[in-house]
Amino acid sequence: MSVLSVRGLSKAYGGVQAVHNVSFRVEGGEVVAMIGPNGAGKSTCFNMLNGQLAPDAGEIKLGEASLVGLAPHRIWRLGVGRTFQITATFGSMSVRENVQMALLSHHRRLASILSSAPRCCVDEADALLERVGMRSQAGRPCAVLAYGDLKRVELALALAHRPRLLLMDEPTAGMAPGERGELMQLAAVLARDDRLAVLFTEHDMDVVFGYASRVIVLHMGEIIASGTPDEVRADPRVREVYLGDA
Amino acid sequence: MSGSAVLLQFLNGLSGASALFLVAAGLSLIFGVTRIVNFAHGSLYMLGMYLAVWLSARIGFWASVPLAAALVAAGGAAVEMLLLRRIYKAPELFQLLATFAVVLLVKDLALWAWGPEDTLGPRAPGFAGAVEIAGRAFPQYDLLLIGLGPLVFLLLYLLLTKTRWGILVRAATQDREMVGALGVNQKLLFTAVFMLGAGLAGLGGALVIPREPASLEIDLAVVSDAFVVVVVGGLGSIPGAFLAALLIGEIKAFCIGLGYSKITLAVEFIVMAVVLVLRPWGLLGRPQAAMRGPAALEAPLDPPSGRAVAALLALFAGLAAIPAFTTGYTLVLLTDVLVFALFAASLHFMMGPGGMASFGHAAYFGLGAYGAGVLLLRLAAPMELALALAPLFALAGALVFGWFCVRLSGVYLAMLTLAFAQIAWSIAFQWDAVTGGSNGLIGVWPAAWLASKTAFYYAALLVCAAALALLWRLVFSPFGYALRASRDSALRAEAIGIPVRAVQWAAFCVAGLFAGLAGALFAFSKGSISPETLSVPRSVEGLVMVLLGGVQTLTGPVWGAALFTWLEDSVSRGFEYWRAAIGGVILLLVLAFPRGVAGFVRERIAR
Repeated sequence: MSVLSVRGLSKAYGGVQAVHNVSFRVEGGEVVAMIGPNGAGKSTCFNMLNGQLAPDAGEIKLGEASLVGLAPHRIWRLGVGRTFQITATFGSMSVRENVQMALLSHHRRLASILSSAPRCCVDEADALLERVGMRSQAGRPCAVLAYGDLKRVELALALAHRPRLLLMDEPTAGMAPGERGELMQLAAVLARDDRLAVLFTEHDMDVVFGYASRVIVLHMGEIIASGTPDEVRADPRVREVYLGDA
Repeated sequence: MSGSAVLLQFLNGLSGASALFLVAAGLSLIFGVTRIVNFAHGSLYMLGMYLAVWLSARIGFWASVPLAAALVAAGGAAVEMLLLRRIYKAPELFQLLATFAVVLLVKDLALWAWGPEDTLGPRAPGFAGAVEIAGRAFPQYDLLLIGLGPLVFLLLYLLLTKTRWGILVRAATQDREMVGALGVNQKLLFTAVFMLGAGLAGLGGALVIPREPASLEIDLAVVSDAFVVVVVGGLGSIPGAFLAALLIGEIKAFCIGLGYSKITLAVEFIVMAVVLVLRPWGLLGRPQAAMRGPAALEAPLDPPSGRAVAALLALFAGLAAIPAFTTGYTLVLLTDVLVFALFAASLHFMMGPGGMASFGHAAYFGLGAYGAGVLLLRLAAPMELALALAPLFALAGALVFGWFCVRLSGVYLAMLTLAFAQIAWSIAFQWDAVTGGSNGLIGVWPAAWLASKTAFYYAALLVCAAALALLWRLVFSPFGYALRASRDSALRAEAIGIPVRAVQWAAFCVAGLFAGLAGALFAFSKGSISPETLSVPRSVEGLVMVLLGGVQTLTGPVWGAALFTWLEDSVSRGFEYWRAAIGGVILLLVLAFPRGVAGFVRERIAR
């Protein structure tokens, strides 16, 4: 059973077909890259997967459960973690508090009104931060972090609920080349060890071909190719889209 | 209702809609370009009315209308250049507060110039009679108004679509930064737009004087009507304002015509609620364009340190010792301070950590007060029970109103809270059998063992201190964190499983509940309740207290409440124009301490 199966997914804005009849699967332990030129429909696709956008048509299943029509917070409960293209963290909180927040949600303690949040799950939060290499900055406010570090905090947030599916929208944009490798290496380890399904979009082809076990190519809202990195690299339609001619 | 009566009510609605449209269009235009919600818009309308009445006795009605509109426009330009220009970069709330200060100033200006009595204008020469429509008499002047609304709409439409200036205005409404980047003189544009908006409001006011007397109460009534129109029509949309003005005008006319004038507000509310649920940005509005630049950096909020807790305990002990030294008026004043500290802190809970600014928080304060009064007087409950149960009235109100409010954010939310508060106020004002109508309720006295000033002071101190401790504890509970997370980034909060709306709704209710407790205490401390308890000025007082103390600080609202209550007490005793004085103080504070007093002190210490 695939962790994520998408069938016939479509979304139009006014008259523009942003995503058209897209179908694919992601298995546990796989790292799948979704690539395509700007405006290919990658972000629209992602936003439908985690419930921010309602699809016009199609089916999204996490294991057996359908995700269509669910609010983002319900989709997270079912086991989908996500990072954003433009990082979104809680600016008034420290790095550790950000992760504590996600852990409080994970432990279903959001309605607790008398316990002290700053004392909750400190060790667990630090362990997660250790994993993404942010332990040493745990006390800093999120508002002052470098962009690459924010991306790592986001990854820790996405992992707090031990997701089955991890969605990363341009995870390495704005990072230094060295950092990119580290972050993707971490994602690869998670996929291998925890049987996590990882789906990410990316513009950096070195990252895509270095870490993806499979690549899906979107162009004008449709899938034009999918397969191993080598297959995709050799595909004439992909070459046409990316290079202008074959 | 016969066919002809329906037609007549319909025409009545149309003529009422015209003036409403003029006000709302100006409000909408000003917001679209400057992003300032002009609280003083109703005051400009009122000024238009008074000026037109005064001028028409001297130069005749027809000459007075354009002159009054022009004078109000000039006044608007002065306000923009002297005040608003300095605070375009200040936080949204400070801008609203500054325009509210203008409300207070204009009110006292009108009081000083024209006295407290309502003054009726002359009939319009040439349109003083009536025409027969479907066998019934209909005032000629109302027909004129029916024509004027669409005419002004058409002129505005042409101005905005066919002239270069209009195109600039529309461009600025869509993307202010971009227009600035293209080298347009923004200062001039802003002043001109404010002037036009003010002129429209003045014109609207001047035109209604043959129908309605000018009164000092009209400013807030008109501005909350205009808020409803603008929210229903969509902020920044002139056609939306026109459509919504027609809708609201007709609703009013038919409710009054059918003899149900008391349910007018309820029907308005239902219409607004339906529109907002189906189209959160109004009938013809669009979602607000995101502002550019780095996301607003919210100040970190740390739990009070051991030393801060010790200082608060020492303060509590000090307050507990005060009755040993004095028993007179000081205790009454301190009881007020305690009650308003709790009120301000409850507002701060939703404004600060919640990021939801309310312009109608007095509604919950008032519901608590009336709840206590109704329980005690109408249901003969003992005072202790009434005090304990009264906050539930406020909670019930917050449950209903909050459900709608959390669907919106920013100024939309603020306007909606104001509209709800206005509704609560008019229910209290009109429901004689239960609330005592405009007289309010008297004889809301505490139980015998709390009857002395000292005993009640101690009760208020204990209740307020416990409630404040609970509120602050809540801020650092997981629920409080989830609330702050929802404010910082709703997107991220949802993506880690926080049901943002539910959390905000719950926070709205918590704030309402605590405000209700403050209101109930207030009722027992005064022995009486009047509709003023939940009026818009009371809501704004709460805001002033919070902003005085500083939104980013936890204890700020308490200091703000203390300062404001003391200030109001010392100014309002024996000074007729205390409103203007308070308005002046607000302006001074807004211009001098944009971060509140506590924030200012903290910054100084940090240096």
